[in-house]
Amino acid sequence: MDVRVQESGFDFGAEAAAFAAGRRDAGAVVTFTGIVRDDGGDLREMLIEHYPGMTERAITAIAGEAATRWALDGVLVIHRHGRMTPGEMIMMVATAARHRADAFAAAEFLMDYLKSRAPFWKKEITAHGAAWVAATVSDEAALGRW
Amino acid sequence: MTLDLVYFAWVRERIGVAGERVDTGAQTVAELVAELSAREARYAAAFADLSALRCAVDQELADFDAPLAGAREVAFFPPMTGG
Repeated sequence: MDVRVQESGFDFGAEAAAFAAGRRDAGAVVTFTGIVRDDGGDLREMLIEHYPGMTERAITAIAGEAATRWALDGVLVIHRHGRMTPGEMIMMVATAARHRADAFAAAEFLMDYLKSRAPFWKKEITAHGAAWVAATVSDEAALGRW
Repeated sequence: MTLDLVYFAWVRERIGVAGERVDTGAQTVAELVAELSAREARYAAAFADLSALRCAVDQELADFDAPLAGAREVAFFPPMTGG
């Protein structure tokens, strides 16, 4: 299990390749990447605040839970904080499993839980000002399916 | 009891500090919230709607009725928006 919380960007291709390299038992690797999205066409920056210390613990606990639910051979979570511009990658998860169903399900579980149980808060800075992104009912509802 | 309090996102902005150390007799997180809210308007403003808030005790998510005995750090923040 590899959990990284960092301000700097990451090379998605290199991370995915390194994660998949050398695996002989795992027949499936699933990756997901979250990108800063500019809904209104006027987003200048996304600022992501986090809770140092708790963030790593919370993600590690979520990844540990995934490992108890599915037969996983590996989990990678990278999540950035700080300032990002539209199009930049915010985070990625990768899961490795013997079969793809476990890898897909674990990746979705990780994403649902990272969204509303890992202590990150997004603030959008546009030409008109700055506003914290509100959690949605569907974010919380997504946890119900697990 | 001495507690380190930390605030994030708009809770931090409303209270005006990222963290502080307080002496309190509160037995639960909810009692601590009531005590702070009675102290100054900026706390009352930040804690006005508990349904819009989350808390953590010693870096674990907790309910507002969680006991504070033995706790060292309490955090207040809005619902998380990671991913």
